[in-house]
Amino acid sequence: MNGSLATWLYAVTAAPEDGTPPRGLTGVADEPVRLVESAGLAAVVGSVPLEDFGEDALRDHLEDLEWLERTARAHHRVINGATGHGQVIPLRFATLYHDDDRVRAMLQERRDDFTATLRRVAGRTEWGVKAYVDPRSFLPDPDEPTGGEESPGTAYLLRRRAQRQDQETAHLRATEQAEAIHASLAALAVATAAHPPQDTALAAYEGWMVLNNSYLVPDALDEEFTALVTDLGERYPAITLEVSGPWPPYSFTAPPKRAEEAQQEETPS
Amino acid sequence: MNQSSDWNPPVRRTGAAREPARRGAEPSSLADILERVLDKGIVIAGDIQINLLDIELLTIKIRLLVASVDRAKEMGIDWWEHDPSLSSGARDVLEENERLRRRVGELEDGRGAHREDDHETHGAEREDER
Repeated sequence: MNGSLATWLYAVTAAPEDGTPPRGLTGVADEPVRLVESAGLAAVVGSVPLEDFGEDALRDHLEDLEWLERTARAHHRVINGATGHGQVIPLRFATLYHDDDRVRAMLQERRDDFTATLRRVAGRTEWGVKAYVDPRSFLPDPDEPTGGEESPGTAYLLRRRAQRQDQETAHLRATEQAEAIHASLAALAVATAAHPPQDTALAAYEGWMVLNNSYLVPDALDEEFTALVTDLGERYPAITLEVSGPWPPYSFTAPPKRAEEAQQEETPS
Repeated sequence: MNQSSDWNPPVRRTGAAREPARRGAEPSSLADILERVLDKGIVIAGDIQINLLDIELLTIKIRLLVASVDRAKEMGIDWWEHDPSLSSGARDVLEENERLRRRVGELEDGRGAHREDDHETHGAEREDER
C-alpha cells in the first residue's frame, strides 16, 4: 500500500528535544502530521495519497480554486501550528517526496542552509502590511474645466487625456504616501519583502492596493510595530492600512532567486 | 478628502472563513495565504516534479489577473492599459508580452535585413552583368 503514498512537506524545524510531533495537527489530506528527523533537523510532513497528489492529479486540482483554497489553507495551518513548537522554515506548497528516506537525505544534504536560515529568522516574526486607497481621494482638484470652444470630438479626446493624466497623478500621489509609510515601518524591521498588489476579486477590495509588503520584525518590537501601523493610519487618513500576522517567516526564508550564491555568503555564521 | 461613501473599504468585505493566526487577533485572508504558500517559502525540488506545477500556478495567476482586469473594465477603470507605472502582477505579464513582441520583431527584422541584403547583392550583380 505504501506505493500509493507520498510524503508532503510542510516545514523544516530544529529537531525537538522530546521528538514529539505537533499534536492534533492534520494536513492537506486530513492526514496526521508527523516528524521526519535527520541531521538535528525535523521535517514536518504528512503521508498523502498519490491519486490526489501525484503529478497529474495535482495539475488538475490546481485548476480548481476551491481545492486550492482548502489545500493551501491546510498547508498554512500546519506550518502555523508548527510555529508553536519552535522556529520553522515554511516550505513551498506542493513539495513532495516518494518516501521518508528521501526526506532524510534532503535534510542531511541541506543541513547547513537550513540551520543558517533558522538562525536568521529566530526571534523574529513576519508581519504583512497592505495599504489601499480610493483613487478619487488622490485626484487633482477639478479647478479648470478645460475649453468649451473645441469641437465635441476634440473636447472628448482632451477630456480622455486629462482623465488619464489625472489617474497617473493620483497613482503617483498615493504611491508617494505609501513609500513614506513603508520607510517608517522598515525602520523597525530587520528585513522587508515586497509583494505585488493582490488580485481585486480574490482579495475583495476596490480601489488600488498601493502597498503589500512583509516585514521581518524582532519579537521584542511586535507591539511597537503594530502600534506604528495604527499611528500611520491616522497620519495618512486617505490611506487604509491593514496589518496581518504574525506569520511564519514565509517571505524571509527563501534566498533571493537571482542572488542565491550571494545570499548564502552573507548568511551570518 | 472627497472619498465618497460608495467606496467599499477594501477588506473584510467577504464573509469567507478565515484561519486564526498564531497569536490570535488577525485572521488570514485567502489572498494573503495564497501569495505566501504559492510564492514564498523555501523551494526544494522534491521527487514529484514541481516545474510543471510552477507553470500551472502561473496559469492560475494569469486567470485571476484576467478576472480582475475584466472587473476593472466593468467598473470603467482602464488606466492600467495606459499607465506605464502600473504596479501590479499585470506588469509582469505585460512586460513579458512586450519582451516577446520585441524578440519576435528582432527576429523578423533580422530575417528582413538578410533578405534586403540579398536583394541588394543580387541587384548589384545584375548591374554588373549588364
